[in-house]
Amino acid sequence: MARVSLKVNGKARPLDVDPQTPLLYALRDHAGLDNPRFGCGLGQCGACTVLLNNVPVRSCLLPVAQAAGKEIVTLEGLGTPEHPHPVQQAFIDEQAFQCGYCLNGWVIAAKALLDRHPNPTEPQMKAAFEGLVCRCGSHVQIAAAVRRAAGMRKTA
Amino acid sequence: MTMPTPSAFPSRRDFFKTGGLLIGFSLASPDVLPQLAAATPAPGRLDAWLRIGADETVHVFTGKVDIGMGVQTALIQVVAEELDVAPARVHMLMGDTSATPDQGGVGGSTSIAAGARPLRNAAATARLLLLQLASARLVAPVDQLQVKNGIVSRKDDSSRAVSYGALAAAQDLNDTLRVSGGGFAINVEGSGKPKDPATYTIVGQSLPRVDLPPKILGRARYSTDVRVPGMLHGRVIRPAGAGAPLRNVDETAVKAIPGYVKTVIQGNFVGVLAESEWSAIRAASELKVTWGSPAAVFPLDLYAHMRAAKPKATRQLTAQGDAPGALSRATRKLEASYLWPFQAHATMGPGCAVADVRSAGVTTVWTGAQKPHALQKGLAEMLRLPEDQVRVVWVEASGSYGRAGDEDVAADAALLSQAAGKPVRVQWSRADMTAWGGKGPAVLVDLAAALDPQGTVAALELTSRAFSGTEIIPQPNTAGNMLAAQLIGMPNTNPGDEYVQWGGSTYAYTIPNVRVTGHIIAPLYQAESPLRTTHLRDPNGPAGTFAAESFMDELAAAAAADPIEFRLRHTADPRAQAVLAAVAGRVRWDTRPSPKHGGTGRGVALALRGGTYVATVAEVEVDAHSGAVRVKRLVCAHDCGLIVNPGALKGTIQANLIQSLGRALKEEVTFDQTRVTSVDWNTYPVARWSDVPEVEVILLNHPEIAPSGAGEPSSRPTAAAIANAIFDATGQRLRRVPLRLHTTGSGP
Repeated sequence: MARVSLKVNGKARPLDVDPQTPLLYALRDHAGLDNPRFGCGLGQCGACTVLLNNVPVRSCLLPVAQAAGKEIVTLEGLGTPEHPHPVQQAFIDEQAFQCGYCLNGWVIAAKALLDRHPNPTEPQMKAAFEGLVCRCGSHVQIAAAVRRAAGMRKTA
Repeated sequence: MTMPTPSAFPSRRDFFKTGGLLIGFSLASPDVLPQLAAATPAPGRLDAWLRIGADETVHVFTGKVDIGMGVQTALIQVVAEELDVAPARVHMLMGDTSATPDQGGVGGSTSIAAGARPLRNAAATARLLLLQLASARLVAPVDQLQVKNGIVSRKDDSSRAVSYGALAAAQDLNDTLRVSGGGFAINVEGSGKPKDPATYTIVGQSLPRVDLPPKILGRARYSTDVRVPGMLHGRVIRPAGAGAPLRNVDETAVKAIPGYVKTVIQGNFVGVLAESEWSAIRAASELKVTWGSPAAVFPLDLYAHMRAAKPKATRQLTAQGDAPGALSRATRKLEASYLWPFQAHATMGPGCAVADVRSAGVTTVWTGAQKPHALQKGLAEMLRLPEDQVRVVWVEASGSYGRAGDEDVAADAALLSQAAGKPVRVQWSRADMTAWGGKGPAVLVDLAAALDPQGTVAALELTSRAFSGTEIIPQPNTAGNMLAAQLIGMPNTNPGDEYVQWGGSTYAYTIPNVRVTGHIIAPLYQAESPLRTTHLRDPNGPAGTFAAESFMDELAAAAAADPIEFRLRHTADPRAQAVLAAVAGRVRWDTRPSPKHGGTGRGVALALRGGTYVATVAEVEVDAHSGAVRVKRLVCAHDCGLIVNPGALKGTIQANLIQSLGRALKEEVTFDQTRVTSVDWNTYPVARWSDVPEVEVILLNHPEIAPSGAGEPSSRPTAAAIANAIFDATGQRLRRVPLRLHTTGSGP
């Protein structure tokens, strides 16, 4: 066990944890957050995505010690019910997702993509999203939400 | 022992009954909760289904659960409609065996068709009772009263008004209901009659799904997020193949893992317990477990095995006219065989449950399983506890698409909790889920047909050879149903024989001579096997429809007929004709026989399921060099009778089209002689971003027809539509799923 000083959603979160513990379990079991989520533990699905210094990373593979001192943002920290992040609002407006278990990864990846590329091209979207799984198949609404968030939603 | 608390779900604390009495809104200490009786409310009382709070909230109690398709929102609309209240006032409590009637849980796309009926009738009865109470209060006959958003007023003087909440607070709102049916079909009827659908103002509207904003804002809780004080984390270690006996467990290496608690061994069940999930994961991977040889050797050539195996059971499913005679006399006869692999639920979140098993008092299990009341029975039997001492609380989970494994992980958690004397949370690993979760069965279908000189089908014979979709029945109501129970030696006592029929179950075509025969292939291993089969979304529907609707396309091509025209030639069913016409119109269907060749093509398939009609058109592009298939567009026309929520329905169908595209093009459980080798997303690939085509859904609404199911039917035609489009584009007929042009060539 060691003291690892995390900064999560703008707040200092010192945790007593094995420094080799993946960030996912540190956030879920030690910091008590519900997002990120466990999907595979193998970096293949993206359900565990968090922002680390504004870069989306797979928290299931990253030892918590490597996140020390960096800005961690989880889905809970993106916006609030009163003030959703615009990307969250776009997903809400498009009624994206079926079960929603995967959405943590999609919403965070979309936010990071749009920060870098406010009007993403199809290849940029593919690069951002091909590594994510949505087992229910909600991709059509997800794509609509990303376009809506980018303000490039085509008029029907 | 630490008392568990469901404090993660304070809203669920508000309603628990002892002896039929409502404890109300102020249940003091959560510690009291586990001591409360776990009996399921009897369905013959109105207040088992619906209660109205003094704050005007309408509390609905349903044995249905929401597996991620938005049925909660639709059920809210049904109740709000009958009561004339704003949907926002309706609060649903779903799938708690101590607080909700048993409606069989979720399955068979029945949640609206059958599951909404008792709620509709209970709400209609509540409305009538409230009007009768208001009649006395407002001194006016019931027919002189009106209701607007839960306020009852006199038609002649709307200032004389009283709210539902005030009426319900003053007097016990209860009635005896007539109960009929059971399981999915359970219904109740009281004195109130439901509205005429022609007058609906809430049902039929695209109410936004109530569950999505909290999820997207990171405020929703899933079964994975249940945490109770004193809880340990568990992981299971699966055998080295079906029926492999446990030889030895060496704990030496794992004892040094911080937070490691112990290893639990019962028969061939092995699980580890730790104070944190990461420690449990480490212990599960570092524990030295030695297994004997598997009891079953899996066939290297699955379909050869299915072809050669002596069937376990055989049934003639349809026999009309004289198909064998007509086929033997036929001048033009076609034959083909179609293959469908084992497929996995592979849920996004591997199964998860928390169990707090107590030898005295109430055992509580929090789970995402689709059938909580059945699970209560199975777990009670496995734990050797009285059924009414086991409470199963459903908590929303990752979409399950059938009997995915939430039942099995609940049994894992329950066994570990019983052994530890503490609450235990288990979330499966990805490999536990993909390799060891139940499987949709592999299916082989032989078809033969006689074409007459006019180009119509004179006779058709279908013979299926399939593993039963119910080696494990989808209702987890007996102990041997669960993997953990099988590992401790409890037999699977109630497997079923589920046969594959033409198009899944029913078909729209008029053919004079038809014979359908189903054979069931014996399980590869009767008990703990990673290839044990159970219900996967639309059981046998995609497999049977892939065969039937590919074959219809082969017949159309043989008759040099356009595929849609050929289907219309064989059906007099106006709803089948309508979905075909709708989809043909939308895609501007190019009327001509297939194949066209040239690397692009279109294909159609039609399917019926439980009163729902679906026609899907696929447009594909095939790379002549690599054989890679790209689906460019999927268009689906869907008629499920009355539509409760068009927006949510469209979302479910769109997603189902993508999921079924993945099943058609990519999904196949692979295995060697002892193990399933599909263990993760690389070895069990599903549809990804780059696979997704343009998708359009055409909803045909029939308010005059009672709603039928919509969760599954649109998964049915997709594979055949794509295969038929590939044939149009290339002239090659693919008869094996996953559809692969470069490896499958012209099929079996």
